[in-house]
Amino acid sequence: MTPPSPQLFLVGTSHHTAPIEWRERLALSAEKQAALAATLRAAGTVTEFCVLNTCNRVEIYVTAVDPEAGSHVAAEFCRLQDLPEETFAAVALRRTNCDAVVHLFEVAAGLDSQMVGETEILGQVKTAYAVAQSAGSVGAVLNRIFQKALHSAKVVRSETAIGEGQVSVATVAVSLAEKIFGHLGESHVLAVGAGEIAEKTAKALRSREARTITFANRTVARAQQLAQEFGGNVLPFEQLTGGLGCVDIVVCSTAAPTAVITEGMVRQAMHERPSRPLFLIDLALPRDIEPAVASLPNVFLYNLDDLARLAEENIALRRAEIDRARHLVTGRAAAVWQKIAGG
Amino acid sequence: MDLSFLTTRTSIGIGTGFYAAGLLYGSWSLCFRHRHSRIASYAFVLAGWILQTYGLLLRGRQTHSCPLGNTFEILQFVAWSCTLLYLAVGPAFRTSVLGFFSATLATALGLGSLAVPAWDSVMRKPTFATSPLTELHAALGVFSYGVFGLLALTSLLYLIQLRHLRNKRLTGWFALLPSIVELDHMNLRLLGFGVTILGIALAAGRLNWSGSPEVVHLSKLAATIAVWVAYGTVFVLRLRQRLVARPFAIVSVVLFAATMASLWPVNASRRPLPPPAGAAVDRAP
Repeated sequence: MTPPSPQLFLVGTSHHTAPIEWRERLALSAEKQAALAATLRAAGTVTEFCVLNTCNRVEIYVTAVDPEAGSHVAAEFCRLQDLPEETFAAVALRRTNCDAVVHLFEVAAGLDSQMVGETEILGQVKTAYAVAQSAGSVGAVLNRIFQKALHSAKVVRSETAIGEGQVSVATVAVSLAEKIFGHLGESHVLAVGAGEIAEKTAKALRSREARTITFANRTVARAQQLAQEFGGNVLPFEQLTGGLGCVDIVVCSTAAPTAVITEGMVRQAMHERPSRPLFLIDLALPRDIEPAVASLPNVFLYNLDDLARLAEENIALRRAEIDRARHLVTGRAAAVWQKIAGG
Repeated sequence: MDLSFLTTRTSIGIGTGFYAAGLLYGSWSLCFRHRHSRIASYAFVLAGWILQTYGLLLRGRQTHSCPLGNTFEILQFVAWSCTLLYLAVGPAFRTSVLGFFSATLATALGLGSLAVPAWDSVMRKPTFATSPLTELHAALGVFSYGVFGLLALTSLLYLIQLRHLRNKRLTGWFALLPSIVELDHMNLRLLGFGVTILGIALAAGRLNWSGSPEVVHLSKLAATIAVWVAYGTVFVLRLRQRLVARPFAIVSVVLFAATMASLWPVNASRRPLPPPAGAAVDRAP
């Protein structure tokens, strides 16, 4: 007599089924994850399990012979979270067998993410799998499914445009800077003002190894604070004109009611460095940089609308690739499950 | 392997076919947003270049000189030089688009020179066959035109990338092209290299002319010196930051067009030579 085929269950919740308040409530802390693992192992209802816990999802993948194992896991999860099962049912994500495999493949490929095509989830799936491996809670079935899901995610990224283009204002700005200067290791950055997006942009530029970063703010203390945080310098606000000639990228985000960088200032700066481009990023409203600056040779001016539009275009491009990517993933996932179910 | 079926023109014709395949592959990738493989691009150009080299080698063996005896040969040599440079420096660019552009230029020059039989039906007097110095002068001179050809291509890439950044339309080739600073640096290096090579070519020619001034074609000399002075002036202006960014790239493209145009009157002024007795030279009918 042949042993019964293993069954795969997915029990959990994600940003598709639960609003943020619920996801906060249902998130599994490290202690709870350990407790759940111990309970599942002790109960003996499941043969393998792996927990994927991120800010957007809690997903418990288990294999079992018992067709009711999914319900047992859900009940145990609710008990641990001190939540009535009926309440959980309203926001629960439940999949079985091939559907569960397809779901994991989509998650790993970033197709199920809030920001479609993002790559962070792939690392999170890898980590979840590694943790389960080191705990010895995965066996032949989950090993195969997770390994194939990670491989499939890489194939999807290389064969479709699902991960192409930057989708946030800060990363679009950094990507543009790289298309102007190449590697940013020789680029000097000046951050004028201390808005939140400017701070994020400066951080993103710094992460790409921009050579120096200088802060100019009307409140010197704030500039000093940022300089300390990012390992940069401080430029007195009154010396802005002189500073423009020495930098390559300027990020502006002051609350000034009128432009703080005029065409005359930029013209003077470019006179000192005509062959080196100047990239100006205006993230302020009202705008900090006179629009006429854009007409100067070798000067590139992008404002908040430009960057937001480019981010939107990239998101639309990714969305357009979803069907192609999903088709790829579904075929691969189905083939994997067919082999597992067929023994 | 029996390669006897490969004559100069068939080798170059098949080589041009490979260049055209690289061009079509690049166009297809760009039109359908398919990922452009640098390796595939490089392979097409390399295959075309090997066949072109073989064709030029056959012609050189037949004429016992560097194959620069008529318009067909000169255009082929320019395409060959430009492609050789791409094969040498292309991988450093990390862009498949340069391969696409190189394939485009080589296809255009290849098809153009093959399509006009008159450009290959007359054998010009191989003045350079008489002296190694003149041979060196001619080969280096035309090679420098290949360098300027690649400069025109990278300048074109610069202008395309600049247009994307200026118009804030980051689609199409934007993602495939290098940064404008990298392209600008490459342009400056190519310009310096081309000016140096052409300078050496002129110096080699000067040594020969001083010994036998009767072989000098004034129109050819004037055109070559004009090209060198023009590119030299652009080089100095760029170093002094008087000609930078977009104007520099435009001038590089326009100058190459003018350089290629100058080949026609130069070539036309040279005296045709009757085919040598008993020599079977594979030429256009």
